[in-house]
Amino acid sequence: MGYWPHTEDDTRQMLDRLGTGSVEDLFADIPEELRQSADLELPPGLSEMEVEARLQRLADLNLSSDRTPSFLGAGCYDHYVPAVVSSLCTRSEFVTSYTPYQPEASQGTLQVIYEFQSLLCDLTGMDVANASLYDGASALAEAAFVALSVSHSPRILVPESVHPAYRAVLDTYTHRSHIELEPVRCRSGVIDLNHLSDLAQAPFAAAVVQNPNFFGCLEECAVVSRLVHERGGRLISVFDPISLALVETPGEYDADLAVAEGQALGIGQSLGGPGLGIMTAKQDLLRRLPGRLVGATTDVNGKPGYVLTLQTREQHIRREKATSNICTNQGLCALAATVYLCALGPRGVRAVAELCLQKAHYTRRRLAELAGIELPFSAPFFKEFTVSCPAPAHQVNGRLREAGLLGGYPLRRDFDWLPNGLLLCVTEKRRRHELDALVSVLAELCT
Amino acid sequence: MKTEPLIHEYSAPGRGGRTASVRSNYAALADVPLVDLDVALPADRRRKTAVRLPEVEERTVVQHFTRLSQRNFSVDTHFYPLGSCTMKYNPKLNERVAALAGLTQVHPLQDPATMQGWLAVLHALQEALAEIGGMDAVTLQPAAGAQGEFLGLLLIHSYHEKHGEEDQRRVILIPDSAHGTNPASAARCGYETVSLASGADGCLDLEALKRALGDDTAGLMLTNPNTFGLFEKHVAEAARLVHEAGGLVYYDGANMNAIMGKAKPGDMGCDVMHFNLHKTFSTPHGGGGPGAGPVGVKSLLEPFLPVPVVERHTDGYVLNHDRPDSIGKVHAFHGNAGVLLRAYAYILSNGGEGLTQVTERAVLNANYLLSLLSEAYDRPFGSHCKHEFVVSARRLKGEKGIRALDVAKRLIDLGFHPPTVYFPIVMEEALMVEPTETETKAVLDAFADALNQVAEEAAESPDCLHEAPITTPVSRLDEATAARKPNLRYRWPDRLGEGSPE
Amino acid sequence: MNTPEELLYSKTHEWVKVEEGVATVGITDFAQDELGEVVYLELPEVGDTVGPDTPFGVIESIKAVSDLIAGITGTVVEVNTLLHEEPERINEDPYGEGWMLKVRLADAGETQLLMSAAQYRQMLEEA
Repeated sequence: MGYWPHTEDDTRQMLDRLGTGSVEDLFADIPEELRQSADLELPPGLSEMEVEARLQRLADLNLSSDRTPSFLGAGCYDHYVPAVVSSLCTRSEFVTSYTPYQPEASQGTLQVIYEFQSLLCDLTGMDVANASLYDGASALAEAAFVALSVSHSPRILVPESVHPAYRAVLDTYTHRSHIELEPVRCRSGVIDLNHLSDLAQAPFAAAVVQNPNFFGCLEECAVVSRLVHERGGRLISVFDPISLALVETPGEYDADLAVAEGQALGIGQSLGGPGLGIMTAKQDLLRRLPGRLVGATTDVNGKPGYVLTLQTREQHIRREKATSNICTNQGLCALAATVYLCALGPRGVRAVAELCLQKAHYTRRRLAELAGIELPFSAPFFKEFTVSCPAPAHQVNGRLREAGLLGGYPLRRDFDWLPNGLLLCVTEKRRRHELDALVSVLAELCT
Repeated sequence: MKTEPLIHEYSAPGRGGRTASVRSNYAALADVPLVDLDVALPADRRRKTAVRLPEVEERTVVQHFTRLSQRNFSVDTHFYPLGSCTMKYNPKLNERVAALAGLTQVHPLQDPATMQGWLAVLHALQEALAEIGGMDAVTLQPAAGAQGEFLGLLLIHSYHEKHGEEDQRRVILIPDSAHGTNPASAARCGYETVSLASGADGCLDLEALKRALGDDTAGLMLTNPNTFGLFEKHVAEAARLVHEAGGLVYYDGANMNAIMGKAKPGDMGCDVMHFNLHKTFSTPHGGGGPGAGPVGVKSLLEPFLPVPVVERHTDGYVLNHDRPDSIGKVHAFHGNAGVLLRAYAYILSNGGEGLTQVTERAVLNANYLLSLLSEAYDRPFGSHCKHEFVVSARRLKGEKGIRALDVAKRLIDLGFHPPTVYFPIVMEEALMVEPTETETKAVLDAFADALNQVAEEAAESPDCLHEAPITTPVSRLDEATAARKPNLRYRWPDRLGEGSPE
Repeated sequence: MNTPEELLYSKTHEWVKVEEGVATVGITDFAQDELGEVVYLELPEVGDTVGPDTPFGVIESIKAVSDLIAGITGTVVEVNTLLHEEPERINEDPYGEGWMLKVRLADAGETQLLMSAAQYRQMLEEA
C-alpha cells in the first residue's frame, strides 16, 4: 500500500515532457554495479488492516500501565495525560508543519514556542528558556558544554545521585573533548558536602545537582549553590518539572543552568521516547545556548509576531563554530507541555505535585513499618524513594507482577552498594488500594 | 486574521479549575491519610513564591491553541517543497497505531520479558533499515539526524582509537555543499574539519579529495545524492581512496528518498550512515520535531554501538548491556520509540516494492517539475536531478533587486510553502525544491506556474514581491530588532516575574 | 559602493585609518551591505593585543556571522562601546560612527601590506 497519487495518464504525460520512455531512465546516472545489488529484500507491503492487526498483536505482548498499576519511575513517569493535551496535539496543522523558518507561514508554531519558553521561565525562576532539546540527558550534556565554554577548566563535578543514564550520556558526549567528569559521593542518598568541597578546591567549570535526585531525595541545593559559586564554578541543576509546583526552584537557589526531562508534562511514557529536553539559563549565558530560540517582534505594519532569533549560534549558519550541532527541537512535545501547563494552571500543577508527595509519603510510611524493609536514606523526598528489600529486587518485582503490579527500578546494576535496592515511584495516578497492595506483597516477603 | 493574544493575556485570578479532573477532584483523589505539608516537605526545601502560570479555563485553552494551529502552513494544508526536508504526506495509519495503549503506556526500564512486543518492533525496524541501507547492524538510539551524525563520528573515533590512531587522525573531510550539521557534529567530536570545494559539475572533486587525504584523515562525510540533488557517480572511487588513506566513510542519509531500491549506501563503500526517519520514512515533522536518526554500520564498527543492543535469541528478545567496546549512550533509554514505531508502520505498509516505487515517483516528480522551470531560473547542473534540485534566482536580481527571499515570500501569497532558500550556501540565491512522491501532477503544474509567474512579476511588478506576503496573519517581521533586543519570554505586568509569596 | 580614498583596506573587507601610530579599524560599506543588518558584535577589550591574521572579534547579522580580521598588529587602546547598544551604526555609517577599534600599531610599516582604495575597488570588481 503506497501513498503516491500517480495515475498512468499522469505518468505518461510527465515522461513525455521529459522525453524519456520510462522512469528507469531517470536512474541512468547510478552506476550499474550499484543498481544490481540494490533490490530491497523486505516482505511485501501490507494493507492498512493488516498493519493495524500486527501492531495490535505486538502491543498485546507488552505489560502496560493502563492495565497494570506502575511503580516504575527513574526518569520516565506514569503521570496522567489530560484529554485536552492529546486532542490539541493531534491537530494536523501542528503535527505536519515544519520548523518555522518562514515565520509568516508558521506563527502558530512560533507563538507556541514563545509561550513554552515563558512558562518554563515562570516554573523554574530562570531568565531564559530555549525551544527544547532532544531529552533530559542530552540537555545535561549541552549544559555542560555551555558551562565549559565560559570556563578555563575542563572539570565538571557530577554527583552519583544524578541519573545513571544521564551520567552515561554525559560521558559519551564529553569523552573525546578532554573534559574531566569527577564523581561526587552520595552514600547517604544525597551529595556528600565534604567530598564536594574537597573536589571544589581545584578550579572547575561546573557542578551538577539533580533535585529531586535519582533516589528521589531532595538535595541541600542552597548549600551546594553557595559552595559552588564561592569556588568560582557554575551550578547546573537537573530538575523534575512536576516537583517545581512545590519544591524550591533552580532560580531560587541561583542555578546558572537548569535542565530537565519534560516527559512528565503531558507526554506519555512510550518506551522512553520521544521526550522533551528542557534547558533554561541565566541571562548572561544567552548567547552560549544551543538550540532554537523564539523571540517576539513586530512586522512591517507594527503587528506583533514571533520569529526564530539569535540563529547565528546555530549550525545552519555557524557550521563548525556553532554552539551545538542540534537541528531539531522536540516541537510537538513542547506543544504538549505548553498545553499541559495551561490546562492545569498553577492550582492544577500544585494539586498533581501534592498528590505525588502525599501518596509517596503514605507508601513509604507503611513500608517503614515492615520489619524486613530498610529505608537507607532519611532525606526529604518527592515522588520517589528508595527501599532495601529482604530479597533481590528482581525477585520482589516478580512477586509484584504476580499480584498484578509493575514494580520499581532495581538499583543494583548502577549502585553495587545497594544490592537489594529498589527505587519506587508513586504518582498522582496511584490509588490507595494499589499502594496497599504493594505493601501487602512486600509484607509477605518479609515474613 | 486577527492577532491571537498570548495565553497569558487571557489569564485572570481564579479562572480555570475544571480542567484535568485532578484539581477539581483533588479531594476524591487524595485517598490516603494526609500529613501536614511541613512534615512531608520541610519549608526550607519548598518554593518560596507560588508558581505563576496562566489561569484559564479549558475552553479558552482549546480555543487559543486551535486558533494558533490555523496560523500554520502544514503538509496537510499546503504543498511544502522544502528541499532536503522530504515533506511527504504523513500517513494517518501511523498515528493510529502509535497511539495504541499497549505501546504508549510502556516504561523503557521494564523487565524485557514484559516488553517483548516493543522489542520485536525495534528489532524488526533495525533489520529493515539495515536492508534498505545495505549495512550490517543498526542502532535506533539517536533522537535526530544530527545526533545520528554525532554518534557516527564517535564510532569512527572509537575505531581509530582501537587501532591506536586517534591522535594522529584528527581531520574530517566535508564537501562545501554539505548540510551545516555535518561540520557542527564533527566539531562536537573534537575533529578539525576541512572543506572540499565541489567541482564545476556540482559533484565531489576527486582531485581535491586526493589532495586533502593523508595520514591525518579520520574520515569523509558524504551525502549522496548531494545537496544539489545530483548523484555522486564516483562515490565508490571516493570511498576507495578514503579507505586506502586509512579513513572511514560517513554517509548522511538525508536524501535516501532518492535511492531506495536503486542503490545502497553500504554498497557505495560507506562504513557508517544515519537515516532521517522524519524525512524518508514519513514520520511527521511536528513543527520542528521530534524526529529520529538511526545509525547503520558495517561490521567493523558494530562492537562500538551504544548500549543496550536489542537482540533476538531463541527464547525471545533481550537487551544486551555487556558490550565492552561500546561508546556508551547517546539517549537515556532506547531512542524516540514513538517515532520509530511510525517509521516501522510505514515500512510495513510499503514493503520493498513500495519503497522502490516511492523513490521512482519522487525522482519522477522532481525531474518533471524541474523541466517546467527552465526559462526563468538558472539550473547550473543541467536538466536532470534525483529527488530534489537547486535552481538559482539570480537572474531576477536585475535592476529591481528581487532575491530568493522575495520569491519565497510571494509564493506564500500564492498559496505554497516556499522551497528552501539560501542552501546550499555555495550557490547564489539558491532555491532548493523537493516535491516528494506524494504530490499530484496538478500540484506540480500549479507550483511551476506560480514560480514562473513570480519570475515575470520580478521584472514587471516587483513591488508585489517586495511587499509579500500580505495574505498571512503577519507580514515581514523585524528580525534585526528581535536579535538586537531579544524578547524571549512574557513578563507578567504586575511584577518582574515572581509570583506572590506562598 | 562607498570606498573613501584616504583609507587603507584589508582582503577581508576591513578599513584602516592611521593617525600618529594609532590605527582606527572598521568594516567597509561593501561588507556591511553583504552582511545585512548587524545585530551583535564581539569586540576585544582595551589592552588586548591583535594580530594580522587572527580574528579580533566576531560580527553577526540575522543570517550570517563573520570573523573580523584587521591585518595589523598592535594593542587595543579604545573600543567603540556604542556598538554594543546600537550595532546598526555599522550599517548606517560604516566609516564614521561605525568604527570598531583603535589600535596602537606595533609596526607602522605593516600598513604597507594593506590595499589602497583603488586596489580594494579592483578586488571587488574582480570577485
